[in-house]
Amino acid sequence: MKNSIRSITLPMSKKIAAGIRVGEEILLSGTMLVGRDQVHEQFQLLLNSGKELPVSLKDETIFYMGPAPAPNGAVIGSCGPTTSSRMDLFTPELLDAGLIGMIGKGSRSQTVQEAVRRNGAVYFYAFGGCGALYAQKVHSIECIAFQEFGPEALFRIGIKDFPVIAAMDSTGASIL
Amino acid sequence: MKKTISFEGIEQSVYEAVKNAGVVLSSDVREALQEAAVKEEKAGSRGAVVIRKILENLDTAEKMHIPMCQDTGMVLVFVDIGADAPIILSDIDKAVNTGIETAYPDGFFRNSVVKDPVFQRENTGNNLPAVIYHKIVPGNQLTLQIMLKGFGSENCSGLVMLNPTAGTKGIIDAVTMIISAAGGKPCPPIIVGVGIGGTADRAMLLSKRALFRDVLDKHPKSSYAELEKKILLKINNLNIGPGGLGGVTTAMAVKIEVESTHIAGMPVGVSISCWADRKQKIVLGEF
Repeated sequence: MKNSIRSITLPMSKKIAAGIRVGEEILLSGTMLVGRDQVHEQFQLLLNSGKELPVSLKDETIFYMGPAPAPNGAVIGSCGPTTSSRMDLFTPELLDAGLIGMIGKGSRSQTVQEAVRRNGAVYFYAFGGCGALYAQKVHSIECIAFQEFGPEALFRIGIKDFPVIAAMDSTGASIL
Repeated sequence: MKKTISFEGIEQSVYEAVKNAGVVLSSDVREALQEAAVKEEKAGSRGAVVIRKILENLDTAEKMHIPMCQDTGMVLVFVDIGADAPIILSDIDKAVNTGIETAYPDGFFRNSVVKDPVFQRENTGNNLPAVIYHKIVPGNQLTLQIMLKGFGSENCSGLVMLNPTAGTKGIIDAVTMIISAAGGKPCPPIIVGVGIGGTADRAMLLSKRALFRDVLDKHPKSSYAELEKKILLKINNLNIGPGGLGGVTTAMAVKIEVESTHIAGMPVGVSISCWADRKQKIVLGEF
């Protein structure tokens, strides 16, 4: 009874994002940004003062996550999603700045849902609490900025077959 | 001659308990998850895949010896001190803290505690301080109940000061409203701790104590066992389901703890544990 699961490579184009529908199970590969509360606050401070972000958000997907330390010989430690709603306040501005995908757990605000539709973006649900499983899907990690925030820094990670479910799509639909 | 409960004894057992709790789920919770898996598959729910991934994740964590969830929490410790326990009281917190401090880096756990909640949100770097509660109980043993409390679920806690006449309907509605507002945020299927009575703060504390009960047990008083069942049924009719994707298992269990209260009120505190219900119990001393 298993349906075939679609694979998508990140960063993805607006065209690819437009074809994603809520409820779809998807395996993500490629690279994406990682950031949570602190990164969002810093991004907003920079945008509000007219400064450049440390990374271009165009076509990027961001994973709301702060990793556990990597065991010896491993790329990353336990690394599952954190609660997305804490990022809601900052999200519309980032979507307007080019961000196309977000990965986290839990529902989002109406304002985010509208910004997702307006920008042709996607919000993916990642399996909450499944940090050990996700650690097996990450093959590289690089700190891009805000190193002082430790696990809350801005990272870029390389991923392969990273399982998610589309939870909010560009038509304005949501299953969370 | 009495054998002393030593500093090293406490430290070592806390170290083992914490390190194990982050990686291996206790058997009662795993069994409840397996039951949930069967129910969700049968219902053909969207949340069925979530339980499948959770079970896969538990196997991976054990195999790779890494924490099941990156939020290895703030450590919550209930210390029950036997009035006749052969112990140096000032050792207890120090030994508990040392055990935690050593377990976190050794287990590749994330340090998730900041020094000041408002002005200096700097990581303390050792996941301390823990949240510790002490209680003097009869006997000569020292009991430590430890929980790695994640904050996705903690942020969904709630307190309602009900009227004394609100009755079970008032309680059921209040708890259901808190869980409904939480939706998928606390990583369902959750365990719901409900503290009723005392003062506002005591009701919250009782709700945390309730989370330490065995997920598969039943309240010893039939009236409360019945109330636990009614609340659970109501919650599971919300169709929040695993991960919030929809399904029949929003909660695996509801646990109630009660105490006497004032004639003018009925405090109801609600604490939530995510499915990664990481708890351990240590008993030291003579049996």
